[in-house]
Amino acid sequence: MKFTKTLVLVLSLSLMLVSFAYAGKDLDAVKSKGFIQAGVNGSVFGFGMPDAKGVWKGLDVDTARAIAAAIFGDASKVKFTPLTAQQRFTALQSGEIDVLTRNATRTLSRETQLGLNFVAVNYYDGQGFLISKKLGVKSAKELDGATVCVLPGTTTEQNAADYFRTNKMAWKPVVIENTSELAKTFFAGRCDVLTSDASQLAGTRAIAPNPKEYAILPEIISKEPLAPAVRHGDDQFRDIVDFSVLAMINAEELGITSKNVDEMLKSKNPAIQRFLGVSAGNGKALGLDEKWAYNIIKQVGNYGEVFERNVGVNTKLGLERGLNALWTNGGLMYSPPFK
Amino acid sequence: MTQTTKAKRERLSPPITNVGVIGWLKTNLFSTWYNSLLTVIIVAAMSWLIPPLVRWAFIDSLWNSSAEACRDIDGACWSVIPQNIKFIFLGFFPSGQEWRPVLAMALLLGLVIYSKDRSRWKKSLAWLWLINLIIMGTLMYGGVFGMPVVETSQWSGLPLTLLLSFFGMVVAYPLGVLLALGRRSKMPAIKTLCVVYIEMIRGVPLISLLFMSSIMFPLFLPEGITIDKVLRALIAIILFTAAYIAEVVRGGLQAMPRGQYEAADSLGLNYNQTMRLIILPQALKIVIPPTVGILLSAFKDTSLVVIIALYDVLKTTMVTLSNPDWTGYSTEAYIFLATLYFTFCYAMSSYSRKLEKDLHTGH
Repeated sequence: MKFTKTLVLVLSLSLMLVSFAYAGKDLDAVKSKGFIQAGVNGSVFGFGMPDAKGVWKGLDVDTARAIAAAIFGDASKVKFTPLTAQQRFTALQSGEIDVLTRNATRTLSRETQLGLNFVAVNYYDGQGFLISKKLGVKSAKELDGATVCVLPGTTTEQNAADYFRTNKMAWKPVVIENTSELAKTFFAGRCDVLTSDASQLAGTRAIAPNPKEYAILPEIISKEPLAPAVRHGDDQFRDIVDFSVLAMINAEELGITSKNVDEMLKSKNPAIQRFLGVSAGNGKALGLDEKWAYNIIKQVGNYGEVFERNVGVNTKLGLERGLNALWTNGGLMYSPPFK
Repeated sequence: MTQTTKAKRERLSPPITNVGVIGWLKTNLFSTWYNSLLTVIIVAAMSWLIPPLVRWAFIDSLWNSSAEACRDIDGACWSVIPQNIKFIFLGFFPSGQEWRPVLAMALLLGLVIYSKDRSRWKKSLAWLWLINLIIMGTLMYGGVFGMPVVETSQWSGLPLTLLLSFFGMVVAYPLGVLLALGRRSKMPAIKTLCVVYIEMIRGVPLISLLFMSSIMFPLFLPEGITIDKVLRALIAIILFTAAYIAEVVRGGLQAMPRGQYEAADSLGLNYNQTMRLIILPQALKIVIPPTVGILLSAFKDTSLVVIIALYDVLKTTMVTLSNPDWTGYSTEAYIFLATLYFTFCYAMSSYSRKLEKDLHTGH
């Protein structure tokens, strides 16, 4: 009995050691190794995926590059680790990666039980429905008895189940493991509806044999604020990651782009002067070079540029800004003052 | 009298229904009524299936076009492979350095082909392998002779598949033999250890071992110490394959008649000599077919590393298919992959048949 108790005590103590061993060391570790290890998705087009040459592309990938630009003044000082949905949080907890930029939804349990800190949201997503127009349905409320194509394991399946139960509707899930197979099955007519994050639906529709025959229903049934995350324990590193994301949003608010950032250095606007480090202060407060925000905008771009380049209307995904527009344009992107 | 009979004995050709095409058809395809029925059904099915398949695969197909051009055709879009060939085969290997993994793979295949001939199995061949493995490792990793370092996290595609399967098999085989010997050992400690190991590993699926190695294992390591992801997966594959090989080899050991052991004893050979000279050569020969079966499934099992986000050739293909341009052409891509895997597996199994024939000594 005594032995068991001691064993439990020792085990829980060592577990605590494992979880808290990193306190305050993340930034130093990152600086001394000279690059950031970022966990990314690896197979979601527009967010994190290598192209045909093996070069990483995407909104999440560019977010990680912005953090590298802030810390090292060089957006290329980042290495990417592709992670599965199961691996992502463990990889962050175990120190295999420094920051997770892998379209992860911020939730209370992840923030607390998993010991993570999510920072500013870099994409507001939500779950929606894609239907064939032949179905003649105008609203998700009319989907009683529908067969629904859905990916397993993620929150998507759970959300759909909740939605149909709340609205007292019957549904038949058709669960398919792989995104591309899911789309093929749907276009082959095996299910009436495909449900997924809205950011994916537009892309799925774009690859349909005849995109005009399909429509996205107006209902968004879940909130998915996708944000980068770091471990508990190093607040300074967390601040840097947070403000690297916010800097891109702030730059768009101030009208600074990667093209005009050099002219903006001469701006008389005190907010711009402070932001770009012409008048010092922000850099020192974060423990970074005063040019940190300038480097982000110069090398990666402001949020609007990054959005349009990876997922915007001129890309294959063709997403509208929607919730991800600046607050001044009716969206949710809002940056606290940089002072 | 005798002359007339001889003249009458001219050679008559057999009835036309017994020889030639018709004869062959009769004996092989229409010998009984149910065989005739089967033949008719199969011919009908083939004539119904094959023309559209040929039309899809060869006539209406595109072989090296853009994704846009593929949208307008009804046939196969094989372009998905050539258009993404670099990423499918080499993954993240940096541009401009592609020759290195290509050369390393060529060396490996060349050496495997060279080693096929049993007359070349000498000590010098072992040295040749060792030197070549060092060269291949250097080519992949770099860091000398002006080749930039390419970390293992960037090793992907076909080189990764070959690396995992080659080392998986080559290290697992001797380990498996040792475990089989250990399981038959008279020393209780060693025997128990081997039994526990073999049964434990065989009791869990490879996927759970891979998950352990990639998700659980890092949490147990002290801070700052990380073991290479590729190495962790490789070790999981080796441990898994070795347990299966051990049981197959044990079957071979049990098949050896007692007389062989007694003959070795009466010659005054010790345990090592008995095993090395008498028992193992015969036992391993008996179990070539099941061993090859296990090695083949080990080769195919390497594709499971997909689930721990290692980019083997299956994963690089899947990533290519996530690109909206190419999402619609998974059939073509998977057919290509199946052909690739089949080529490797068929080469291995036909070589094992040859080896079996060569080693057949009639006892």
